[in-house]
Amino acid sequence: MTEFADQLLVLVMLINFLVLGSSRMAIAIRAVAVQGVVLGVLPAIIHTFSWHLIAIIVGMILAKGLFIPWLLFGAMNKVQIKREVEPYIGYVSTLIIVAITTALAFVFAAKLPLAQEHQGLLFVPASIATIITGFLTLTTRRKAISQVIGYLILENGIFIFGLLLTSAMPVMVEAGALLDLLVGIFVMGIVINHISNEFSTIDTSRLTALKE
Amino acid sequence: MFYSLVLLPMVGALLAWFIPSNRHRPLVLPVFAVLHLTLVADALISTPLPSPDGWINLDPIGKLFLGTITILFAVCAFYAIGYLAYRQERSNRVLCMGLLVCLSAMTLVTVSHHLGLLWVALETTTLAMAPLIYFNRNARSIEATWKYMLICSVGIALALLGLFFLAYSTIVARQEATLLLEPLIASADRLSPAWLNAAFVFLLVGFGTKMGLAPLHTWKPDAYGEAPGLVGALLAGGLVNCAFLAIIRIYQICMRANDTIFYHNAMIVMGLVSMAFAAVFVVRQADFKRMLAYSSVEHVGILAIALGIGGDALFGALFHVINNGLTKGVLFLSSGNIHRAYGSKNCELVKGALQRVPWSAGLFLAGFIAITGSPPFSPFLSEFSIISSIFGQGKMLIGTLFLLFLAIIFFGMASSVLPVVMGKTSPAVVKSNYRDRLLTVAPPLFLMGIILMLGLWLPAPLKELLQQSAQLLEVRR
Repeated sequence: MTEFADQLLVLVMLINFLVLGSSRMAIAIRAVAVQGVVLGVLPAIIHTFSWHLIAIIVGMILAKGLFIPWLLFGAMNKVQIKREVEPYIGYVSTLIIVAITTALAFVFAAKLPLAQEHQGLLFVPASIATIITGFLTLTTRRKAISQVIGYLILENGIFIFGLLLTSAMPVMVEAGALLDLLVGIFVMGIVINHISNEFSTIDTSRLTALKE
Repeated sequence: MFYSLVLLPMVGALLAWFIPSNRHRPLVLPVFAVLHLTLVADALISTPLPSPDGWINLDPIGKLFLGTITILFAVCAFYAIGYLAYRQERSNRVLCMGLLVCLSAMTLVTVSHHLGLLWVALETTTLAMAPLIYFNRNARSIEATWKYMLICSVGIALALLGLFFLAYSTIVARQEATLLLEPLIASADRLSPAWLNAAFVFLLVGFGTKMGLAPLHTWKPDAYGEAPGLVGALLAGGLVNCAFLAIIRIYQICMRANDTIFYHNAMIVMGLVSMAFAAVFVVRQADFKRMLAYSSVEHVGILAIALGIGGDALFGALFHVINNGLTKGVLFLSSGNIHRAYGSKNCELVKGALQRVPWSAGLFLAGFIAITGSPPFSPFLSEFSIISSIFGQGKMLIGTLFLLFLAIIFFGMASSVLPVVMGKTSPAVVKSNYRDRLLTVAPPLFLMGIILMLGLWLPAPLKELLQQSAQLLEVRR
């Protein structure tokens, strides 16, 4: 089964490239939704069956695959912005950076003192690569929606690492974390709407009134 | 017992949602704040038994933080009635709900001994506060809210990764994987050191972001500057303390590890950097609420240094948690009054507040004297005990830098605060309808009274509680 899990993780890493390489927000939102669903399926493959597990998986897929994309599409249509313009670092450069860091993630993960049963699996490199992708999206993009997408990718990367811990994270905590993520995105969506009302743009580089 | 402590404010939030009248809704706040205060007082005296699974437990450290938070919240709740009476043009439904949800989450932070649960509660406080920063509904406050949301969310996400690393260090060490505090403390010397170090770094960065340690503090001046005074008071006195409690929990584990020099040094460096940032930016700060934000950065730096020093400084650190939290309450509430009276928080425009709002201006001045560590107020005692233990351990360089930054910050704040309070009112400033009233002055005055009392006389039960808490943090081998 771990082979199938590894294939899914490769898909997750490919989606990282798709998000960073596309200027159209609709593609990025859909890509992150697919990434969320893939990650939602993963626990079913590696963990043993329990009803709690089913609840978490269903919750994950509904939240990351349906609800959050719906929120983001709503915000996107409301503010009428379809494309990311002029990121701080261009698309090609970010793609090269993420390619290099993904490669480095594999090298780095091989040197980590992992537990015996986790050696040679793709979880750790995929997690590191996805976290870095999230950070790149957060820091290089100007639009508020793109930054939310970056935050989601970052969360996804952290979630991949969490898959290694079966017993330490109880269901209640996972559910709480998922709920917090949902509410967080919801609040961010509302803030985006207000930004567009106040500034007639969601370009966060215009948010410069508060400076020293 | 614990359930009622956490659920009671939630009931209040629900009630606030259903009350239609904008004028009567704020009354929910003091009612539930006083109920919460009585429940907490009961819990502090009777010490309820921990839950059987060990998730929820009220230890001395938790008691200290819970007591501080509930007192600060009760004071802010009474202030809120007076404040919201001036802001009838705006719906206060979200504000009242957010405050109560935040109180519930803060309570949960202080009692949880499961680090995952603590993380969830801490993230909830972040989310509950976001709409409150945007209370003024203008371009500047939306900008502050966005920065706060994004930076704190990313920070707290990194803290989650740190928690995963911590749990992973138990797996690598072939211990039972858990995030419960007590088993982690017991097995800390057997955990994988590499993963424990990684966990510490991520948790310090993550919770440090929420606490506002430099250079992760960039959201702080904006959020504190744009939020209403009472929200600022709860951010600086409540949320900061909750994040510090999270760091204390990690500290409890890391101090039991075999090699602790790295943890000590990391905290001292972060603390000194925070104080340096505060010293640079507090000087010539044109906005007195932003100035308070840098003062908050300074004080979280002091707390971090005290943890890093350890030993006798731990007592000072825990005492400083109370003092800083309550004094920040005085400063933010009184500065909110001055802001209302002048319609501005720019030090160029606001001058001579002592003539226009004598009580608020007097409190602002007294709060400034207290927070900069002057006797007879209690922050003097806690800062003094931290400094004396720094020098007592022979760390001359750290002690000298500490004193230097304190002096710079004192003069920097004085150059802004004194003209605001004492200067001559310029005729250009428009008159406003705000005057000092009982409900906007008495709450900060009450806090100021506590700070003065603690500075002159430390009650025996509190002293015992502080000593018990400091013992929990000390390394016993």
